[in-house]
Amino acid sequence: MNTIFSAEDRKGWMSLLSSADEARLTKLWLDYGTDPAFEFLRAPEAGGVMVRGRMGCTGAPFNLGEMTVTRCALALADGTIGHGYVQGRSKAKAEIAAKIDALMQTGAAGTLNEAVLVPLAEARQAQKVARAAKAAATKVEFFTMVRGED
Amino acid sequence: MYVAVKGGECAIENAHAWLAEERRGDTNVAELSLAQIREQLSLAVNRVMAEGSLYDRDLAALAIKQARGDLIEAVFLIRAYRSTLPRFGYSRPVETGEMACDRRISATFKDAPGGQVLGPTFDYTHRLLDFKLAADGEVPEAPVSAPREEATPHITEFLQSEDIIEREPASDAVPGDLTREPMSFPADRAVRLQSLTRGDEGFILGMAYSTQRGYARNHAFVGELRIGKVPVEMDIPELGFAIEIGEVELTECETVNQFKGSKTVPPQFTRGYGLVFGQSERKSIAMALVDRALRWEELGEDNVGAAAQDEEFVLSHADNIQATGFLEHIKLPHYVDFQSELELVRKLRREAAQLAETLAAKEAAE
Repeated sequence: MNTIFSAEDRKGWMSLLSSADEARLTKLWLDYGTDPAFEFLRAPEAGGVMVRGRMGCTGAPFNLGEMTVTRCALALADGTIGHGYVQGRSKAKAEIAAKIDALMQTGAAGTLNEAVLVPLAEARQAQKVARAAKAAATKVEFFTMVRGED
Repeated sequence: MYVAVKGGECAIENAHAWLAEERRGDTNVAELSLAQIREQLSLAVNRVMAEGSLYDRDLAALAIKQARGDLIEAVFLIRAYRSTLPRFGYSRPVETGEMACDRRISATFKDAPGGQVLGPTFDYTHRLLDFKLAADGEVPEAPVSAPREEATPHITEFLQSEDIIEREPASDAVPGDLTREPMSFPADRAVRLQSLTRGDEGFILGMAYSTQRGYARNHAFVGELRIGKVPVEMDIPELGFAIEIGEVELTECETVNQFKGSKTVPPQFTRGYGLVFGQSERKSIAMALVDRALRWEELGEDNVGAAAQDEEFVLSHADNIQATGFLEHIKLPHYVDFQSELELVRKLRREAAQLAETLAAKEAAE
């Protein structure tokens, strides 16, 4: 049974999974407790993606350097296809990401979202806010010194 | 001439065994873990990622450990590994305007929107050795303030709204990739930037410094320097849309340089650009200065014959792996080469001696 979701939804969860902390993701996945039967369509493989920037931040693109990425594709028993694209070289993480991508297209989406994706998104947001708060504390507050002889 | 010779296998094996032992050092001292290198020598890790041209903190930490802290050797290991990775594709250009800034300063506008955010900087430290670090000390928690929620605008946006700085028109031109096609000259700006961002920090710094000392002076102000994480997006063909494939920390430097105008354009500031993996501030500023110096021709400036204006000189010598490969190869056996030179010198000396003898005999006869 497949649920309705938009490309935007799928982009959201795949993006979240790609940079999730592996230890946290693995724990949440194991706690979720369902490991579906599947077949690999593409076994996990590590590779490189050339990251691009723009000259003067708005101009023409240039190649900045590569980053490591691991990807895989699998099919659940009901034929639902899941893709995993994760930063780094962990095949285990790519496999979990692909399983979650597949299950998020099925009736399991609601509980899986609550069990894994929501906590991941919260952790990511908390980490971002914590750094932004430290940065904010280093913002310079200028004050003008009054000078003069009288 | 190259001649195959056999021998030395046992010596080489034993040398490598000793290397492993020396790498480990005194076994009474706890061994370094990769996590310790990644977390506590993070700027070394950043440098290896930038010059190795591969963003992977764990691999860079491993390379630093294996290389006993020799960062150029570590870069070499990363480059060798990188060449074995299948290339999945190219990302969309990262949006540095969306960066979650840990640090963001401007040397041109005190009251820039977004403010002067110092971040975890060495600036304003007294550069005195801190002996507290020699003892295991607890680190006090960094203070916090209300976090900024919106993105921090680029300084150049403000100058652009006044049209007082040259524009960087967006395009989707496919940039040349020097990991795919060897560099050729003249190189366009995209290839120059790729070469500079992976170039040796010391070399780029020296070149940039030469422009400040007057060799192709271009009066750079650091319009903006920002450090932080940006998401990386890539189009995934099997999905038909783009997803984030991860996040990278970048340092971006935009310089505002002296102006020029022409018959069609009134005087306006010009720009140099630096973008480097990790927190790599010195490298990023240096890259922007060298980028600007190399743009002399497109900006209609004179070639004053400075090294930093000579793209063939700069780009051909910026890569420390090419440089060290060629430099260090001369320590390897050149027995046959040298034998031929030795024979040549001996022959020349014999001939010179014979000539002197003949001349002396002639003189005596006269």
